Amino acid sequence: MPDGQVLEFSGLVKRFGPVTAVDRLTARVEPGLVTGFLGPNGAGKTTSLRMLLGLVRPTEGSATIGGRTYDKLDRPLQSVGAALEASSFHPGRTAANHLKVYADAGGVPRARVDEVLGLVGLSDVGGRKVGGYSLGMRQRLGLASALLGDPGVLVLDEPTNGLDPEGIRWMRGLLRTLAGEGRTVLISSHLLAEVQQTVDALLIIASGKLVFQGGIEDLAERSEHATIVDAPDRAALIAAIEAAGLEYAVLRNGLTVHRVEPVEVGAIAGAAGVVLSSLQRRGAGLEEIFLDLVNGVVVAPPADAAPTPPAVGSEPAPEPEPVPENEPVVETESVEGTTPSDASTSSATDSPAPEPEPEQVPEPVEGPSDRPEPAPSTAAFAVAATGVIDVVPPAGSDPAEEEQR
Amino acid sequence: MSLATATRSELTKQFTTSIWWILALVLAVYVAFVAAGFGWALAAVATGSLPGSTGPALPVDTLPPVIYSVATSFGYVFPLLIGTLMVTSEFRHKTLTPSFLATPRRGTVLAGKVVVALAVGALYGVIGTIAAVGPGALVLAASDVPTLLGESDTWAMLARMVLSFALWALVGLGVGTVVRNQVVAIVLVLAFTQFIEPIARVAGAFVEGVEPIARLLPGAAGDALVGSSALSVAAASASEPLEWWVGGLVLLGYAVVFLVIGQFTTWRRDVD
Repeated sequence: MPDGQVLEFSGLVKRFGPVTAVDRLTARVEPGLVTGFLGPNGAGKTTSLRMLLGLVRPTEGSATIGGRTYDKLDRPLQSVGAALEASSFHPGRTAANHLKVYADAGGVPRARVDEVLGLVGLSDVGGRKVGGYSLGMRQRLGLASALLGDPGVLVLDEPTNGLDPEGIRWMRGLLRTLAGEGRTVLISSHLLAEVQQTVDALLIIASGKLVFQGGIEDLAERSEHATIVDAPDRAALIAAIEAAGLEYAVLRNGLTVHRVEPVEVGAIAGAAGVVLSSLQRRGAGLEEIFLDLVNGVVVAPPADAAPTPPAVGSEPAPEPEPVPENEPVVETESVEGTTPSDASTSSATDSPAPEPEPEQVPEPVEGPSDRPEPAPSTAAFAVAATGVIDVVPPAGSDPAEEEQR
Repeated sequence: MSLATATRSELTKQFTTSIWWILALVLAVYVAFVAAGFGWALAAVATGSLPGSTGPALPVDTLPPVIYSVATSFGYVFPLLIGTLMVTSEFRHKTLTPSFLATPRRGTVLAGKVVVALAVGALYGVIGTIAAVGPGALVLAASDVPTLLGESDTWAMLARMVLSFALWALVGLGVGTVVRNQVVAIVLVLAFTQFIEPIARVAGAFVEGVEPIARLLPGAAGDALVGSSALSVAAASASEPLEWWVGGLVLLGYAVVFLVIGQFTTWRRDVD
C-alpha cells in the first residue's frame, strides 16, 4: 500500500499579468483525511492544483508533495494521481486505450488498466470511444487515470461534477475508503454542500487567498444556535426582540436571531403578542458560514469604493479569473454579497459597534465571531473565544492591507 | 520517466486513433494514382506512342526515377501533417495535461515524440514508396520502358525517399510545437507546401538571384535529398540542385530549428 504524503503549499503566488490568481497561499494537507479545497469559481483552486502538479509555474513560492516538487518525483503516477478536468481525452480513442497511453508513460503494467476500469465501473464500456461518453462517464474515466499508479496521493478537481446522485454517493464512499487506507485525498469544489459529507478537513480560498483552514467541525461550530423567524407585523417582532436584548439580522425571508433556540424566540413573540408566520431553527448553516467567509473577501474592495461589485477595477476579484469555470455561481454570490438586504444584514448584526462597515467587511472571520459578544470585542479575543478558527493571514494583516488600497 | 517509456506511450498514442491509417490510406491512393497517370503519360511521350506528340522525347532511362519519386514530390505533405498533428492534437484535446502528469520532465515527452515521428515518417515512406513503385513499374513495363528495378542506384534512391519521409515527419513535429493551433497549423502546412513553395521554386527557375534561396526551401531540399523530382521535369532548374546529403541536412535543419524554438516557447508554457 503506497503511503500518503503531506502536500504543502508555501507562499504560493501566481500572477497572470495584472491579475493575481493565487495570493500567498500557505496550507498543509495531511494524509489519511479527505481534504476539501473550496472556493467560488475563479478563486484560484484549479490554478493552485496545477501548480502543485507542475503544470503551471508559480510566480513565487512552492507547492510540494512529501517535500518534493512534482517534477522531482521518481515515479509520479505511482506517487500522485490527479484528475483535473473532464475533457482531457482524445474523443477518438477508447477509454482502455486512453489509460494504456498513460500506463505506458508512467511505467504502470497494462494489466492495471482493466483493474481501474473495474474500480470506477467502466468495465463494460472500456472499449468504447471516449467521444461518446457522458460527462459522468468522463469523470469516472478521469478518476480511473488518477488511480492507474495506485498512488498515495489523490488530487481531484471537481470530481463530482456531472455525476448523478448515485454516482456522487459512490464517489464519496470511494474517497472515504482511499483516505481510510492512509492516502492523502484533496478534492476541490465550489459547493460546500457537495463535499460536506465527504471531507474531514477544509481549505477555503477566495480571490486567491486562504480564508479558512481547519476541520469541518470547526466550521460547523460557528453556526450553532440560530433561529429564523418572521411575522406579518415585522416591526412589532423587531421591537420585541430588541426589547429582549437579542441580536438579530434582517433577511429577506425574516430575521435571523443568533445563538437563540426557536422556543425562546417564540416565547418572546408570544409574550409581546406578536403573531408569527414562521419560526424555524437554521439548518447546518455551513453553507452560510462558507459564503460569509468567501463573500467577506469578495465584498471587501467595494468597502472603500462604490458598493456595486462589477464597477470595481482595482481588485482582481472573481471576474478576470483566467480559469474558465461555470459562471453563474460566481455571479449570484457576488451580487448577493452586496445587495441592500445583505448590507443591512451586516450592519444590523454589528449594531453595537459604531462603525459596522470597516469592522465587518474586510475581516470576514471577525464578523461572525463578534455576534456572541455584545461588547466591542477585539479580533484576538474573538478568535480565542471560538478557539478553533484558524485564520491564516491573521487579523492584523488584512485590514491594514485594505486601508492601503 | 525515461525516454523508453515516453516513446512507448507516444507509439500507443499514435496507433490508438484513426488518423494515422486514414492519412496513410489517402497517401497510398493518391501516390499510386499519380504514379500510374504520370508513368503512362511520360512513357507514352518517351516511346512516341502518343499520336501527335510533338514534345521533347525524354530519354527512357530518366523515366523510372521521376515516376518513383512522385511519392516524395507529391506525397511529402502527408508525413508533414502527421508530424504536426502529433503535437497540435494534444493541444486541441488538452491531453498535454495527462502527458505531462505522467512524464513531468517535458523534454522527455518531446524526445519520445521525435523518435515516434521518425518511425511513423519512415512507415509512411515505405507505404508511399510501394504505392509509387508498384503502379509506376507496372505502367512502365506495359509500355516497354525499362523499370530499372534491378539497379542499385534505384534502390538507393528508394531508401533516400524513406529517409526523406522520416525527416518530413520531424519537420511537421517542429511546426506543431511552434504553431500549436491545429487548424492554423494545417492551413499553414497546406498553403506553404501546395502554393507558396511551388510558386517560389518555379520563380527560382526563371528569376536569377532567387534560385540560390529557392533551392534551400524545404521542398527543394527534400527533392535534392531524393535526387529526383517530378518538378524538375516540369521546370528544369537553371543551376545545380544541392547534393543529396546537403539536401538531407537542410531538411533536418528546419526540423531542429522548429523543435528548438518549440521546446523553449510552447513546451515551457503553463498548461491549462
